[in-house]
Amino acid sequence: MKNAVTVKEQLTSGTNRRSFLKISGLTMAATGLLLTGCSNDDDSENNGPYAPGIRNGVFDLGSGDLGVLTYAYALEQLEADFYTRVVNLNNFGALFNSEEQQVLSDLYAHEVIHREFFKTALTGALSNPSTQLLPTLEFDFSTVNFGSRDSILGTAKALEDTGVAAYNGAGKLITSADYLLLAGKIVSVEARHASAIRSLINPNSDDFAGDDIVSASNGLDAAKNPSQILPVAGSFITTEFSAVYLP
Amino acid sequence: MNLLKFIESFTDENFMKNTGSRRDSFGQFGQLGKNLALASIPLGLAAFTNKAFASDIGPTPSTPIGALQLALTLEYLEDEFYRLGLESGVIPTGGRDEKVFMQIAQHEADHVEFLIAGLGANAVAKPTFDFTVGGAFDPFNATGIGNAAAYQQFLILAQAFEDTGVRAYKGQAANLISTPDLLTAALQIHSVEARHASEVRRLRGLKGWITGNQRGTGMPSATQAVYDGEENVMQAGFNTSTVSNGSLGPAIPGTAGSESYDEPLTTQQSVNIANLFIV
Repeated sequence: MKNAVTVKEQLTSGTNRRSFLKISGLTMAATGLLLTGCSNDDDSENNGPYAPGIRNGVFDLGSGDLGVLTYAYALEQLEADFYTRVVNLNNFGALFNSEEQQVLSDLYAHEVIHREFFKTALTGALSNPSTQLLPTLEFDFSTVNFGSRDSILGTAKALEDTGVAAYNGAGKLITSADYLLLAGKIVSVEARHASAIRSLINPNSDDFAGDDIVSASNGLDAAKNPSQILPVAGSFITTEFSAVYLP
Repeated sequence: MNLLKFIESFTDENFMKNTGSRRDSFGQFGQLGKNLALASIPLGLAAFTNKAFASDIGPTPSTPIGALQLALTLEYLEDEFYRLGLESGVIPTGGRDEKVFMQIAQHEADHVEFLIAGLGANAVAKPTFDFTVGGAFDPFNATGIGNAAAYQQFLILAQAFEDTGVRAYKGQAANLISTPDLLTAALQIHSVEARHASEVRRLRGLKGWITGNQRGTGMPSATQAVYDGEENVMQAGFNTSTVSNGSLGPAIPGTAGSESYDEPLTTQQSVNIANLFIV
């Protein structure tokens, strides 16, 4: 089942354009994310940071450093789950040559480590992890053809590029230098992954850092806000959650 | 838009002007840095090069501008290296290698331009580089060792520069935390350097990521400073080398722990590596 994702952004408070992610518990039940505008009344600029946890019946990622880490934890869960499915495939050895198997096995290991790191780090940092720790998410990869090398590598490319853009965009939301450094340690490995996957897909090319992802005018990689990332990542996530307090 | 904010955050009248000598910009830190640099260069590296230290750069200040000044020096180095490499004829033409290095060269040239524009009057001058490191390397076939042999040395230096770039930018993140737009721009360059590093490593037959502190097959010991510290497996108290995925999937090898995190270089460590190539 393909998740329905609706993106709707509204201008709020003059030039400030903020998007808020909301989940509708009725019509969107178990199908994904709804991005919608949010009136200034709900704005949290003078409050917060908001701890992650259940709000209005749905887990919200929260804001501040722990909100950003929870956001990263969600993305790492997604990547780890995907590569776990890939390396567990009965035809893994038939679909991929030895180089590709090595790359995908490494990515599986790295993303599981990232996921477990965030789970442990958040459990230690949250004041009440029993209610504030993002639960284990459930995923729907039915849009991926797991019998197709191209479909799997194409999904890996999308996930890794998304991860890079997500961390690049989230850096400025982090206030702790220690957390910022940890995010930096991870994002460059995600970029190494993205490069390798792109190179596997199109080896005799400059796609490893192609003009489709690195700006041909200034040589900068993508950087995106959570509100730009979550509709993409959310298309694979069936567990409902919201990110009301992240930009 | 990030680029505009980035540029506007500096003085606009000095837009695109590359003034200010390196001596001026690094001035107050120069002598101190030189002494620190001499004292902290490992014996192997000091013995490796016979060049004079007269032109060494010192550590940049722990400020947003200092961070970008260090970045600019490293981008100057990469930009000139790839430009000379493409001009030298040592890079095999018509295939993957040429496409890869043309793309990387374009990005490094873009980064230089971007940082100069952003730094304005605070831009540091381009140092004079010696990519032979006093005759130890011949990446451009200047001595007639042949294009194939020279290209292997070119690849070695390219890997060292890209892996250094990733670590150096990472080490400057904390210095940019107070300037969100500059931090974002630096992160956007940082991940491009990581894409480059992965591809250059793969061209050399290595994994795109760094295992332990291994510099990799064919990398001379002189490049070990680029990899020292990458073996770290403790991240905020979490041991990355003992992770299990339980019954969900295959066992996670211990070596994946350090691979899954890149480590930073301090300003001084970055400067020490750059100084090997500055005369």
